Amino acid sequence: MSIDLSQFFEVFFEESFEGLDVMEAELLNLRPGEEDSETINTIFRAAHSIKGGSGTFGFTSVSDFTHVLETLLDQIRDGRRKLTSEHINLLLQSVDCLRAMLSALQNQSEPDASESQKLKAQFERILGLSSSEEQASATAQAAPEKQTYQIDFKPHAHLFKTGNEPLYMIGELAELGDLDIEVFTDAIPVFDEFNPEDCYLAWRFFLTTSSPTTAIDEIFEWVEDDADISVTLCGGLFEDEAEESIASSPEVENAKPSVKPTPEVVTAAAEKPLAKANAAVAEAKKSQDNASTSIRVGIDKVDSLINMVGELVITQAMLSQLGEQDMTESTVAALQEGLAQLAHNTRDLQESVMRIRMLPISFVFSRFPRLVRDISQKLNKQVELKLLGEQTELDKTVMEKISDPMVHLVRNSLDHGIETPEQRIAAGKDPVGTLTLNAFHQGGNIVIEIMDDGQGLNTEKIKQKAIANGLITEDDELSQEEVNELIFMPGFSTADAVSDISGRGVGMDVVRRNIQALNGSVEVSSARGVGSTFTIRLPLTLAILDGQLVQVAEHTYIIPLISIVESLQIDVKKVSRVGKNLDVLRLRDEYIPILRLYDIFNHDGAIEALDKSLLVVVESDNQKVGLLVDDLLAQQQVVIKSLEANYKRVDGISGATILGDGRVSLIIDISGLVKLSGLRKPGSQELIIEQNAEAVS
Amino acid sequence: MKKILAVDDSASMRQMVSFTLKKAGFDVTEAKDGSEALNIAKQQGFDAVISDVNMPVMDGITLIRELRALPSYKFTPLLMLTTESGLDKKSEGKAAGATGWIVKPFNPDQLLAVLKKVIR
Repeated sequence: MSIDLSQFFEVFFEESFEGLDVMEAELLNLRPGEEDSETINTIFRAAHSIKGGSGTFGFTSVSDFTHVLETLLDQIRDGRRKLTSEHINLLLQSVDCLRAMLSALQNQSEPDASESQKLKAQFERILGLSSSEEQASATAQAAPEKQTYQIDFKPHAHLFKTGNEPLYMIGELAELGDLDIEVFTDAIPVFDEFNPEDCYLAWRFFLTTSSPTTAIDEIFEWVEDDADISVTLCGGLFEDEAEESIASSPEVENAKPSVKPTPEVVTAAAEKPLAKANAAVAEAKKSQDNASTSIRVGIDKVDSLINMVGELVITQAMLSQLGEQDMTESTVAALQEGLAQLAHNTRDLQESVMRIRMLPISFVFSRFPRLVRDISQKLNKQVELKLLGEQTELDKTVMEKISDPMVHLVRNSLDHGIETPEQRIAAGKDPVGTLTLNAFHQGGNIVIEIMDDGQGLNTEKIKQKAIANGLITEDDELSQEEVNELIFMPGFSTADAVSDISGRGVGMDVVRRNIQALNGSVEVSSARGVGSTFTIRLPLTLAILDGQLVQVAEHTYIIPLISIVESLQIDVKKVSRVGKNLDVLRLRDEYIPILRLYDIFNHDGAIEALDKSLLVVVESDNQKVGLLVDDLLAQQQVVIKSLEANYKRVDGISGATILGDGRVSLIIDISGLVKLSGLRKPGSQELIIEQNAEAVS
Repeated sequence: MKKILAVDDSASMRQMVSFTLKKAGFDVTEAKDGSEALNIAKQQGFDAVISDVNMPVMDGITLIRELRALPSYKFTPLLMLTTESGLDKKSEGKAAGATGWIVKPFNPDQLLAVLKKVIR
């Protein structure tokens, strides 16, 4: 039977990566000397599964490597070897190495063997193995001549209770060659003493076969302890040759009465799936990185989805029934009710579908224990990591994109925030620093906080650095928040020496830009000597947006509801003109620049008088601006369609959506719009971005 | 149709075993650990059980021991999937009542060949 093993590859990769995550997490929980057996067992099982699967599916490089891991873990599990921190480090490195190997295989390329060879050698050193020993079994066996064997087989009475069946074994033997059978019935007792569950028979076989003795041994392998078995080569005619082959072939040793299990057969046969896998690799080589990603969805989510669809079908049936009737007042009322229900159903369905893409943020958080451990070890700092709100759910796409910025912020906190144990003791703090990752939902957003109890931002140092870099002048009076904001500027880094961990000069500005690309924001608050908190705010999903529809001339635009602070009618008395053509509204204690959308988007026929139109005050990058619109329309959830994918990138526009009447409406990108309008506050971010872009290029 | 219970915590192995056996004309039920398998096995009879050794909740050896103690599994072939390094596991398994073992890694043909020793 030919079965294409490649159909199981995707599941194998997925579960192997999960296994590696489990291994990593559990390894991080291990402390030498206080390991508990369940943790070791879990790690062992993960390694074991990867080894079994990779061997079965022909990824021998992975299974060979996992073999040494497994051997070490097995010894630790059985208490034959004490766990040391060297072991943990080595195992963690192996997890990384395996991850890389599996990724390579998943993308159908050959994994890089150098790292695994290096690690394997280290394992073998610990295990006291020499790598040559495995090679020994690979010796080729010459096809032997036909030979006749005498096989005596006397099962013990309890044979049936092991689930073995002599009849099938005899059948197997018969398949190997010509078989003569003699059965001995003399052990059958008188009827009164006969136990139907016992085996009383014994056999003598003469088998003439060209198969090696290992094939015979294999048949009786499972019952060697449950029967007296002897396999002897029949002498006579071929005695000389037989002698000779005993001397030359290592297998013939097994022809002696004791039957040993032999690993050869398995090694030889394992080559076959490998060859098949290689063929598959060659076949699909053209598309790199084509691994289809999948997500696991809880059955409850799928069930609720099915429920929704059921509701929808019922509502639809009701509506179409109403549609067939003549329209009377009562049917219209019923129709309206039905439509309301349809709207309700649709929204529920939408929410349920969205929930499918939602994953707990623990998927991101789970990589941090390892990261924090490695970095704090490197920096000689003691850090305890606390994870809160791990079950908070977030869209998978957002999750994938937020991971890197978070890593950067965590590295930053460990490097610059948390002090060395000596410094901490001197400051009267616990020598062990605490880094807390916290996630929670707030409105339609997810908030992720990265808190450390380190030294906090050094305002003086930041100021001096900013002055040195020409970001501000000595005379600038900056509030604490404004100073903190400086760290998000391009090219800003306070690290005295560029370290391995962070402080490469590219940093916080990239973090901020990446988060803003997700329609999110990042802020920092800090107290000297107490610690810093970075707060990331993100929309729960990138696919749907709560929008405010606004009218500009005959066009409808959408402003993300999340960025709207308030909407108001303009009191013309509080408007003053700044410079050539910028109007500013004094709103309470703030001055809000007024951006005329009709002007920016070049629409004719819009209401131009300030007192006849409406102002939507929005906030972006901690800066408020007012957008002048003709009218506010409905608020609704809109499905975001990419402009870039369907047309091209347009400044000031983040995407488009299709309205209920089928028209396309553009979604306004506030920060892009502010840039587009040429509105820049002195010292504001936009200006500096441009300056630095010039400096860099 | 002969019924086989396939037990493995690894979904890919389980799928592979199950797919192979189904293609060979067996009726296959899957379980993801020993405890799940034991519950299933108590509710319906099987002509053979193939189980991984290392599994969470209940391992394969325990499963085999529990199954062998049940009257309806007194003579049922109970096979374990093991790796070549697990020689002592084999004897442990035999002591628990295992009929035999299938050494990992194996391919579908090997699986069926081995199975022929106990179920036809």
